[in-house]
Amino acid sequence: MVKVKFKLDGVFVEVEAMPYQTLFHLLKDSLGVQSVHFGCGQGACGACTVLLNGKPRYSCLTLAGYVDGKEVVTLAGLAQNGELNPIQRAFIENNAAQCGYCTPGIILTAKALLDKSSRPSDEEIFDALAGNLCRCTGYVSIVRAIKSLVR
Amino acid sequence: MSSFNVLGKPVVNVQLYGHVTGSTQFIDDISFPGMLWIKAVRSPVPRGIIKKLDTKKAERLPGVVKIVTSKDVPNNMHVNMAVVGIGPPDEPVLPDKEVNYKGEAICLVVARDEETALKAIELIDLEIEELPPVLDMEEALKPSSPKIKPWNSNTFVFGSGMDGATPPGGQGRPYFLIKRGNVDEAFNKARHIVEGSYLISPIEHAPIEPHICVAKPEPDGRLTIYTATQAPYFVRDNVATILNMPPSKIRVVSPSVGGGFGGKVDPEFEMMVAVAAMAVKRPVKWRWTREEEFTVSTTRPAVKIELQDSVSDEGLILGRKARLLHDAGAYSRTSPYGVIKACFNLSGPYNIPNVEYRGYCVFTNRQPSSAMRGYGVFEVSFAIELQMDRIAKTCGIDPLELRFRNAYRNNQISASGKLIDDAYLIETMREAAGLAGINLPEHLLKMSSSG
Repeated sequence: MVKVKFKLDGVFVEVEAMPYQTLFHLLKDSLGVQSVHFGCGQGACGACTVLLNGKPRYSCLTLAGYVDGKEVVTLAGLAQNGELNPIQRAFIENNAAQCGYCTPGIILTAKALLDKSSRPSDEEIFDALAGNLCRCTGYVSIVRAIKSLVR
Repeated sequence: MSSFNVLGKPVVNVQLYGHVTGSTQFIDDISFPGMLWIKAVRSPVPRGIIKKLDTKKAERLPGVVKIVTSKDVPNNMHVNMAVVGIGPPDEPVLPDKEVNYKGEAICLVVARDEETALKAIELIDLEIEELPPVLDMEEALKPSSPKIKPWNSNTFVFGSGMDGATPPGGQGRPYFLIKRGNVDEAFNKARHIVEGSYLISPIEHAPIEPHICVAKPEPDGRLTIYTATQAPYFVRDNVATILNMPPSKIRVVSPSVGGGFGGKVDPEFEMMVAVAAMAVKRPVKWRWTREEEFTVSTTRPAVKIELQDSVSDEGLILGRKARLLHDAGAYSRTSPYGVIKACFNLSGPYNIPNVEYRGYCVFTNRQPSSAMRGYGVFEVSFAIELQMDRIAKTCGIDPLELRFRNAYRNNQISASGKLIDDAYLIETMREAAGLAGINLPEHLLKMSSSG
């Protein structure tokens, strides 16, 4: 077992993990984080995306021990004091989710993109979303939601 | 329209708030204290006889609670759509003698976590004598092919009351038959005979959420099943059948599903989870991997459609003969129903007075196929619309004009014998042509479904 200390959605946590355990399994099965979803376990779908020190990472490919001393943000960490993040509001306004399973990963990816540049081009939006699959085919409304935040 | 409250107005998806805050509950968010995990030992071959299944070593691995085999299933044989009269039961929950597709679950390891269950699988001694598989539908129909069904054929038996559509006591046939008018006469009058053969590949639904299920035995003897399903009542009825329990003692909870597209209609693993939970008397969870999703879960069936049309000089379809092969894979599941539905759609939205349609539900040693978006319609529409273009080319008629000429109109009779009284194809095509910027000639603009 390895001891892992990190900040999860603004709260310090200290847990024990198996050396081979992934961040996904730590978050989902040990800590019960609801918005991290299992889709493929091999870095292909993006449903398990979290922000690690502000950058989108597949939690299924990240070892739990690797996040020691770092900051992990899940979708639950986006709303502040019950106030939705503008990206969350834009997704509601643009009807940018259907089944909702890919949504947490997509919103976090969008957040990382918009944190980096406030005026991403269409090309940059498509590039950023390339690692997040949506099977209900909601890409048009997803891209529309993100573009609504580009000024 | 302005007086409607819902029609013509945007509707907000009530689940959106949950989706964007990550608070929507999916099955993976449901866990219980003392919950155990499942992994399956799967067949490495498409067809074979189980010669040896020794689980002793695996049972001794710390953390392993039980290896569940066919012996733990109270009533092993079932067929998914028994509820609508389809039979006979042809699929075991866990096979005891033979396996019929690669990836078929043979036994289940129930352990404290997924890692332990995976380690235990390595310790199970499984010997299978491989038999020659049937992998192609045309091969399967040949008299010389190995027969994989207990009734000694590779086709479902239609017409004798076990297909959910015909009365009992009728003559059994290897195909579902639809006959109307006099097709031979129609072919004698043919100006052109247009033939086409169309193939549709199997397609994996690939929902982002793989199959996942939790079953929890309750203290009062009931069983609660939390599962990502599109058909809770299929799950309840089939679990009741295989556990020999009244359906009233089984509660199926299906909260948000992370994509289904028809792939979560078949209760293809809930029965196994239910058996495991009842065997260990503890909650158990099974989270399928992406690999299982692709190699084991149902797909859209492979379908082959052969059409032969007798066409008049004006491009009217006088008669159609069709032969449809539907690859059910190893077991019936929903396929007999899918074949019937496909056959009823073989005329498309067109008036064909003389038809003879034969739909075969063919069994092969492939993963079972099942419903997917527009099941039985999509496959057939693909074939029919390509065939319409082929007819148009043969007759030298504009493809759009050809469709107007053959479109169903009111007071005609469909292939299934239904009187058409709500035809709107002509009007719909006219609207669509307008939106697509196509200027229709005057005589098509004047046509109507009631004229």
